[in-house]
Amino acid sequence: MDDMYRDYILDHYKNPRNQGELSGATNTYADSNPLCGDELSMALRIEDDRVADVRFNGKGCAISQASASILTEEIKGKTLDEVKAIDKDHILENLGIPISPARIKCALLSLKTLKGAAWGLPAWPDEEDTKTRAAGQRR
Amino acid sequence: MAVTVKATSQPRSTLDVARIRADFPILSRTVNGKPVVYLDNAATSQKPRQVIDAMSAVFEEHNANIHRGVYEFSETTTAAFEGARAKVARFIGARDDREVIFVRNATEGVNLVAYTWGRENIRSGDRIISTVLEHHSDFVPWQQLAKDVGAEIVMIDVDDDGRLRRDQLSAELKKGAKLLAITHTSNGLGTVNPVKEIVAEAHAAGATVLVDAAQAVPHTPVDVTDLDCDFLVFSGHKMLAPPGSGAVWARIKLLERMPPFLFGGDMISRVTVEKTEWNELPWKFEAGTSSYVDAIGLGAAVDYLGAVGVAKIHEHELSLVAYLLPRLAETEGVTVYGPKTLEDRVGVVSFNIEGIHPHDVATIFDREGVCVRAGHHCNQLLMTRLGVAATTRASFYLYNTTAECDALLGAIDKAKKVFKV
Repeated sequence: MDDMYRDYILDHYKNPRNQGELSGATNTYADSNPLCGDELSMALRIEDDRVADVRFNGKGCAISQASASILTEEIKGKTLDEVKAIDKDHILENLGIPISPARIKCALLSLKTLKGAAWGLPAWPDEEDTKTRAAGQRR
Repeated sequence: MAVTVKATSQPRSTLDVARIRADFPILSRTVNGKPVVYLDNAATSQKPRQVIDAMSAVFEEHNANIHRGVYEFSETTTAAFEGARAKVARFIGARDDREVIFVRNATEGVNLVAYTWGRENIRSGDRIISTVLEHHSDFVPWQQLAKDVGAEIVMIDVDDDGRLRRDQLSAELKKGAKLLAITHTSNGLGTVNPVKEIVAEAHAAGATVLVDAAQAVPHTPVDVTDLDCDFLVFSGHKMLAPPGSGAVWARIKLLERMPPFLFGGDMISRVTVEKTEWNELPWKFEAGTSSYVDAIGLGAAVDYLGAVGVAKIHEHELSLVAYLLPRLAETEGVTVYGPKTLEDRVGVVSFNIEGIHPHDVATIFDREGVCVRAGHHCNQLLMTRLGVAATTRASFYLYNTTAECDALLGAIDKAKKVFKV
């Protein structure tokens, strides 16, 4: 059990780093895992193509929130290109715990939200249609 | 949290649970080195040897497509399939076997009614009454129908204990409604609605009533003739039968007036290029090759449940709730949602542990061999009403024990230790 809920995971969950609002944010993105109720929003301030500052807000399970907290620590100061290059394996490596298939979405919500912000997306590309329809703007 | 368990109504289990458990091969398995404690029966139930054998017998002894062949295998399988229909009809108190339409599950049952009766009868401006207790399967089909035809959805709330607001329902029925689509028993909280009274009230107001009995038929005696509803749907997989089995019940007269749902083989009597005549009931609504082996499994499941006695199963589950609720109340940091008394409820207990997300709870429980559901339980409207994103839900069936309640309580302690809360 303790292999999954290691001290540093619980520490990031209970004492999240970089949580809150970001003044002067240039890029923001919010997403959720409706099945589990995980919610996450990420705000970046990009200066000279670098992440000058980052904040996240969210609620959800320990895995989704710790994953976001760890990620925000890592990307501060990185170039946008470096942020865009972060992949799934990198996130899982960062977490350093075995993640079961049922929980993988929890672990990767932070990455999805970060990518949305880094690329300046209004909505996730393959979900755009669904979101538009949900908003009642049927074409 | 105050939990009142009336001493006078203390439920007493009369089931021989050890003997019942021996019929369920899966219950002797271990998970992560611990004996499996299966408490996710509201999602699906486990299957007894008798159901597995009945289905294997079809494949091993006489499998052939039903209603078609004129050879022995087909005739034997057809007889088993129609025999299962008769068993299901008796089990729910139907007066005529033809009132039972086999479908894959309750969801397909609601869609069948929405696409046939609904599209013929619900028009622009009509009101459909629903409740926040509905599973998505008994809400989304009506929401979409309402959108398509311009009807209005009216929602009935619950009180803080998860009991339906009868005052609200009465007031809305008085304003008129074409349909009341209501759950018999909440899969999220275990609340049992007084369906018989509600049906009478709805009928007096001129509304047709569909009852979602997916959580009721497996756990409490349900008699459609006594309830006097217009439609009743349920799934087989929650009542010891395989997934892919389930039924819609409605009276012959109503079913005869309804157009078919799906078109194709077996639901026709005569096809020409110009037109098609429909088959007789119930086959008018059973297009294509039915999941006949699953239906035969459902027949074996109702045999099993009938032999044990559904009223006894209900009493057994209540005895487990009576054991668990006060102990949960004494557990620091645990909030229970739904009815806090034993009246009008089934063996579903929804709760949260402060400071731990339900998904983390379920993950830690899993390491202890305890299977529970964590999430919104296809009850997002109810979760919104309760002000939570998700809950952890334990749900009982005839094979669960107080020792398993203890395992659940132990797993709660373990979760609190891991999270240091």
